[in-house]
Amino acid sequence: MTALAHVPTGQSTASSPPPAARSGRYRFLPYLLLLPGAAWLFLFFALPLLQLAAASLYDPTGSLATGYAMTWAFSNYPEALQAYWPQFSRSFLYAGIALVLALLMGYPLAYAIAQKAGRWKNLLLVCVVAPMFTSFLVRTLAWKTILSDNGWVVGLLRDIHLLGPDGRLLATPVAVILGLTYNFLPFLVLPLYASLERLDYRLLEAASDLYASPVQTFRKVTLPLSMPGLIAGTLLFFIPATGDYINAELLGTPNEYMIGNVIDSAFLVRLDYPQGAALSFLLMAAILAVVFVYLRKAGTDEVL
Amino acid sequence: MRFSRWLADRWVMGVALLVLGYLFLPIAVVAALSFNRPSSRLSYDFNEFTLDNWRNPCATSDMCDAVVRSVQIGFISTVVATVLGTLMAFALARHAFRGRSGINVLIFLPMATPELVMGTSLLALFVAGGVQLGFWTVVIAHVMFCVSFVVVTVKARLSGMDRRLEEAAMDLYASEWQTFRRVTLPLVLPGIVAAALLAFSLSFDDFIITNFNSGTTVTFPMYVWGAAQRGIPPQVNVIGTAMFAVALLLVLATTLRGRRARRAAVAAPVAAGQAGGRS
Repeated sequence: MTALAHVPTGQSTASSPPPAARSGRYRFLPYLLLLPGAAWLFLFFALPLLQLAAASLYDPTGSLATGYAMTWAFSNYPEALQAYWPQFSRSFLYAGIALVLALLMGYPLAYAIAQKAGRWKNLLLVCVVAPMFTSFLVRTLAWKTILSDNGWVVGLLRDIHLLGPDGRLLATPVAVILGLTYNFLPFLVLPLYASLERLDYRLLEAASDLYASPVQTFRKVTLPLSMPGLIAGTLLFFIPATGDYINAELLGTPNEYMIGNVIDSAFLVRLDYPQGAALSFLLMAAILAVVFVYLRKAGTDEVL
Repeated sequence: MRFSRWLADRWVMGVALLVLGYLFLPIAVVAALSFNRPSSRLSYDFNEFTLDNWRNPCATSDMCDAVVRSVQIGFISTVVATVLGTLMAFALARHAFRGRSGINVLIFLPMATPELVMGTSLLALFVAGGVQLGFWTVVIAHVMFCVSFVVVTVKARLSGMDRRLEEAAMDLYASEWQTFRRVTLPLVLPGIVAAALLAFSLSFDDFIITNFNSGTTVTFPMYVWGAAQRGIPPQVNVIGTAMFAVALLLVLATTLRGRRARRAAVAAPVAAGQAGGRS
């Protein structure tokens, strides 16, 4: 998935092939350079995943105080899924709806910056990233003010009868989905922009010279050429959005809780480690499955 | 006809500006609320204008302690992650070695794994190993998720670099260390600085992974999370606004400097090499 790896810098680097291995005293240099970082990632990223896998198979009748026994309790998985299926499926539903909304907003934004902004390009790009300069939680809390029952948004929607006189936005699925869309939108826009920026405008002109309608030009030229950015952006949006529980906690009620809320309470409140570990692993497996199916459907094996 | 042509040309920009408005709305609200005297502790509505919050940002001292702690953790994590990540980027961009694809996977996976999974798995490891949770477990976690981003950022800069400049230095009898010190490092430095800034902002703003591994240590996001249940002091919005302003100034300063450097490069071709490197 190297297509994702270049995303944070907003540019793709067709990296030149590494120089041939040198002999003599340089032979061990690359390993020496890699050792500290790789060791850190192994110890604190890879090893913990193994420990999590082990914890998900502990005897669920144990407790943190008395210690857990390893009993290979695979039944933890179906039991956890059965107990929290609503939150589990809700995570994917909310993240999916938020993704569709984000695509509808993010594609025109990325396109406009890449192709229409001219000398304002860099400034607009800064504007996309700028909201992330404030704390994630403070930004999310600001939505509490915007969507408040006394706020002008709810007032307006009530006036035009889109909301009933007692209708509200806060503490509803709408608020949670809006929050997810808002918080992860820049992750979608940046890779999409990187792809669209490299789009040769002359190709679009050629299409319209050959009597393609704007819609046809978009479907046959723009969209296929922006596919790498679209895929990378979609994944960068969907993965954190599915695992998020901040929006559900701050903007929703327990009726909107996602799987993250359940995992958080399993580890930090209920102290049921086997169940929390099993749910964490199920979340990762489900995300990987969705990503895999999606990449297959999108038909771009070269991004892998 | 002319109007529809005009519209067809402009509607994408119109939508884009609306979306930018959506992105900035909460920032405007945060800034406005930083001047608010709330009617009650649990109220999120604008009540009355005041400058008190800005005059006295540390009225709730817990909050300022949390900010200081977040800066400390961010600073240490950034230094460690930047050093580790830059070394890895040099190895990947400059050397051929066995096991490259394995290393690439190890660097890529943390960026694709949900934070929730990284946070819970690290907690499981610390608990199994009997490690006391606190300041240092948070630093360990932050370094872990920052390293990959540093590698990717520095590597991008390295692979976009003109190798001939180094060869020229060597041809002019610079030793390897001199070449590295006088040519390579100044050219890569903007990438390293960008990576460090990215690492700091990721660390400072992290909530999910910190929440699982902090024990009783309270960072700024942890403080806001706890306060959301008890009632948010308006000073939180002062910190939010100040963060935004500082980061924006930094970015604008870098952009302006880059632009001036580029202009200088056009004006004086002799300076092009130096200035282009710094832009």
